[in-house]
Amino acid sequence: MDRMEKWLGTGKCFPWNDKEILRYLGHRGQEIPENVDKLIQECKRELEQAAAARSVWREYPLNIQDHVLDMTFVQTRSKNLEKNLKDCQQILVFGATLGSGVDILLHRYGRLKMSRAVVLQAASAAMLETYCDWKNEALRQEYQEKGWYMRPRFSPGYGDFPLKCQKEIGAALEMSKRIGVTLTDSLLMAPSKSVTAVMGLSRKPRICSVQGCEACGKEDCAYRR
Amino acid sequence: MSKDVRRVGKRIAHTAGREETIMNIREAIQERILFCDGGMGSLLQARGLKPGELPGTWNITHPEVLVEIHRAYLEAGADIVTTNTFGVDGIKYHEGSGFLVEDVIRAAVRNGREAIRLSGRDGFIALDMGPTGKLLKPLGDLDFEDAVRLFGQIASAGAKEGADLILIETMSDSYEAKAAVLGAKESCDLPIFVTMTFDEKGKLLTGGTPASVIAMLEGLGVDALGINCGLGPVQMKGIVKEILSLASIPVIVNPNAGLPRSENGQTVYDIDADTFADRMKEMACMGARVVGGCCGTTPEHIRRTVECCKGIEPVPIKRKGRTVVSSFAQAVEIDRDPVIIGERINPTGKSKFKQALRDHNLEYILQEGVSQQEHGAHVLDVNVGLPEIDEPSMMEEVVKELQSIIELPLQIDTSDLKAMERAMRVYNGKPLINSVNGKEESMREVFPLVKKYGGVVVALALDEDGIPETAEARLQVAEKIYRTAAEYGIGPEDIVIDALCMTISSDSQGAVTTLETVRRVRGELGGKTILGVSNISFGLPVRENINGTFFAMALENGLNAAIINPNSDAMMRVYHSFRALRGFDDRCGDYIQAYADEAARRKAAAETKKAGGAESGKSNESSPLASGIERGLKEQAVRAVRELLEVREPMDLINQEMIPALDRVGKGFEAGTIFLPQLLMSAEAAKAAFELVRESLQASGGEQEKKGEIILATVKGDIHDIGKNIVKVLLENYGYEVLDLGKDVPPKRIVDLAEERQVKLVGLSALMTTTVPSMEETIRLLHKRTPWVKVMVGGAVLTKEYADSMGADQYCRDAMASVNYAEGIFAG
Repeated sequence: MDRMEKWLGTGKCFPWNDKEILRYLGHRGQEIPENVDKLIQECKRELEQAAAARSVWREYPLNIQDHVLDMTFVQTRSKNLEKNLKDCQQILVFGATLGSGVDILLHRYGRLKMSRAVVLQAASAAMLETYCDWKNEALRQEYQEKGWYMRPRFSPGYGDFPLKCQKEIGAALEMSKRIGVTLTDSLLMAPSKSVTAVMGLSRKPRICSVQGCEACGKEDCAYRR
Repeated sequence: MSKDVRRVGKRIAHTAGREETIMNIREAIQERILFCDGGMGSLLQARGLKPGELPGTWNITHPEVLVEIHRAYLEAGADIVTTNTFGVDGIKYHEGSGFLVEDVIRAAVRNGREAIRLSGRDGFIALDMGPTGKLLKPLGDLDFEDAVRLFGQIASAGAKEGADLILIETMSDSYEAKAAVLGAKESCDLPIFVTMTFDEKGKLLTGGTPASVIAMLEGLGVDALGINCGLGPVQMKGIVKEILSLASIPVIVNPNAGLPRSENGQTVYDIDADTFADRMKEMACMGARVVGGCCGTTPEHIRRTVECCKGIEPVPIKRKGRTVVSSFAQAVEIDRDPVIIGERINPTGKSKFKQALRDHNLEYILQEGVSQQEHGAHVLDVNVGLPEIDEPSMMEEVVKELQSIIELPLQIDTSDLKAMERAMRVYNGKPLINSVNGKEESMREVFPLVKKYGGVVVALALDEDGIPETAEARLQVAEKIYRTAAEYGIGPEDIVIDALCMTISSDSQGAVTTLETVRRVRGELGGKTILGVSNISFGLPVRENINGTFFAMALENGLNAAIINPNSDAMMRVYHSFRALRGFDDRCGDYIQAYADEAARRKAAAETKKAGGAESGKSNESSPLASGIERGLKEQAVRAVRELLEVREPMDLINQEMIPALDRVGKGFEAGTIFLPQLLMSAEAAKAAFELVRESLQASGGEQEKKGEIILATVKGDIHDIGKNIVKVLLENYGYEVLDLGKDVPPKRIVDLAEERQVKLVGLSALMTTTVPSMEETIRLLHKRTPWVKVMVGGAVLTKEYADSMGADQYCRDAMASVNYAEGIFAG
């Protein structure tokens, strides 16, 4: 119901975030030669064809006591997440993916043409981010109408939010069945261009909302903005 | 079938074994519409199943609940009760998890049987097998054969306990569905029903279509197929219609109770029992043979459905007789609109290809596949036969690699039966198989494989007496092949007759006989034909003249598929023109698309000419080779090398032009003046140029010296290999031989190879914190068993401190850093 094409069907082009693509490519203000720019444009078109974006979300009661975050389907500890979930009584669990078509492209060019593979990698990461932002914004508005304020999304592996919660999130959302996202033994998501996250729901608005990189405690990350 | 007969059948089944039951469910489905039960999960939750708790365990801990639910469905009118075994597999149930798979399966089947007894009704027990929740390799980490074993274990336990059929359901990946069918077929002989989950666009989550999935499942010989979950009956209708139009076997429809939404952590569905039943009645009227429900449906949904469908006359199930091959993503029908089968993946007469096979250079083979796809091939022929290589394992590997990067169906081309079987087994779809012929021995060997794994087989119209000289005799051989295939249960639609192309330079009537055979196989036998077209011109000059004309003649005589070189412009011109002329190309759309670029080029060239000739020698740079590499312009670099090789020594080019250019790019990258895509485009331009220089060196008897071997691997547990691949491209540019072990590589494999090849340097990559421990383990093992080896590491989560603490010899922050480290190691 929320595939990339339908979104494009609104009559608008996919709102590519070129800055983000360049950031993932390690761009630091260098001149961008014509052939590199052309490659980036081609990769964007190819991804618009290959991506089949899907998402799924569910709402659960949230209880925080003695620094234990009880999200009903999982109990965990995380200082960073606890800060993020301050004043929240409910939690939205969210999963999204661009589907296996993108992985097949990455796999193909990873074997045959690395320049294209790295650009596809960067562009698909940016695409997924934009898709999640768009989905989340729709959810934020939907909940605001019901008197809930939604906090920014926070993913397992951000800061000290344990990656092992992926398992419970995957099960709670029935991710493999609903959107085709599976976990490997080492808790990587397959297809690789997938995201899981939780978003707190509160009756209180929060003035300043820090999100994305800045919300994460991991300051030595290679991709930090 | 009358109720009495069925009851007798069931009684025999429970006392005397399975055989009779198989007859009966297979017969029952031919006779009438059968009703499946509905959802299980939400009913269990209503009875206290906690989030996160494995539902399968309730078969043992709460048998009374399961019996009650099954019984409610039976009393609502369901003929088939589905065991509560979705997600019960050896991954979740094993030693240490409390219960074993076999115990859970046995309990589940017993619960079904107990419910049937208590209800006093007849019913079939369907052993439910859902997906493992894992994605298969190479996109995920579950091996195909491991998946086959997991499903086999379930099927075997269920069959022993007396299940009547196996229901493989909610499959959204055709490859996993194939593993499940094979697992079931190889461990029991129960009837197999398969339902797949499609999205509202009619696609599997992994990209397949109803046509591709039906081709594969019918090829595998399942008893019924259909759709379940994902959608409600309203959204499913169009897809069901499509499935019914394509399938030759009974069709199953088990939708959800509409679309889901989340309310306080509970999933609720938007369709009530009455609406559901009305919709299901439509499905039954359209021709569905098994109707039931999935998520959100209850005994009430089924009761209303059974009532609504009362008295509907079942729509007869018709064989469609279509000749279809498929890949994981698409189906290709072999019919009037001709099919192009790319012939380039074949070492015959190609020294470079042979060398690639000997060197295990799969990239070369994959590139051949991609380029044929780009030139318009619909199917790729795969032949990797070479006397000095292990053909079965090479064939399996190439098929797996090709199907992970290309959407086209494959034609498995080999005379080695082992290679044929291994390829058919791991193939994700229904392949073309090349070939069988009219010899008894050939048919006896090949047909059982076709029967087991599915496929369309190319049948050469020759037999023990050789190649018949007349079309009449070739037709007789074809008829014999059809007859024999039928004895194995293989229909004529799964045979494509190769009318045999004899070279006209040795037999002037060769083409005429072939064309007559093509025409008559279609006209008199109603069969399909295929030709390896280029044989016709063997020994003649400018072969394309003959090939193109013969191809056109064959198409006009009704040829359905041609094995040709799609990269040949002459052949594709014939193909596109024929389709346009023959009315297969609506408003010549494909033709126009195929030649739009050429038309534009011609126009531009004509205008340039008018304007006074092309601008020539525009390059005023000192060295077009060096600048081609630096700017990542592959064509320019290749052109420059070609020209320069005429006048300069190959080694000069490498040392004076190419290496300095690469160094400048590398330095620019380190200094931050150029960024990653440029670095790689330069590397690719350099690689193309190096290849030409190398060929020139070899032609003059020389060889570029390799600096040494380096092993690269992404560590166990990690399936991201982009970083490792970047490093590989650069190291190869600098003259290193990279032994690429791929991703998810166990420590032992890396160390074994390091020991065997006595390498000096190993590069390891890890992307996730969760896989860093296996990097650490690999380093430990390397230092222990191969203490001379230096280990360099890289990956997004690593830092220098982290690398040091693991005992790595070098942390490489980027790809150039690994080149610099290697240069130091091998210089010393």
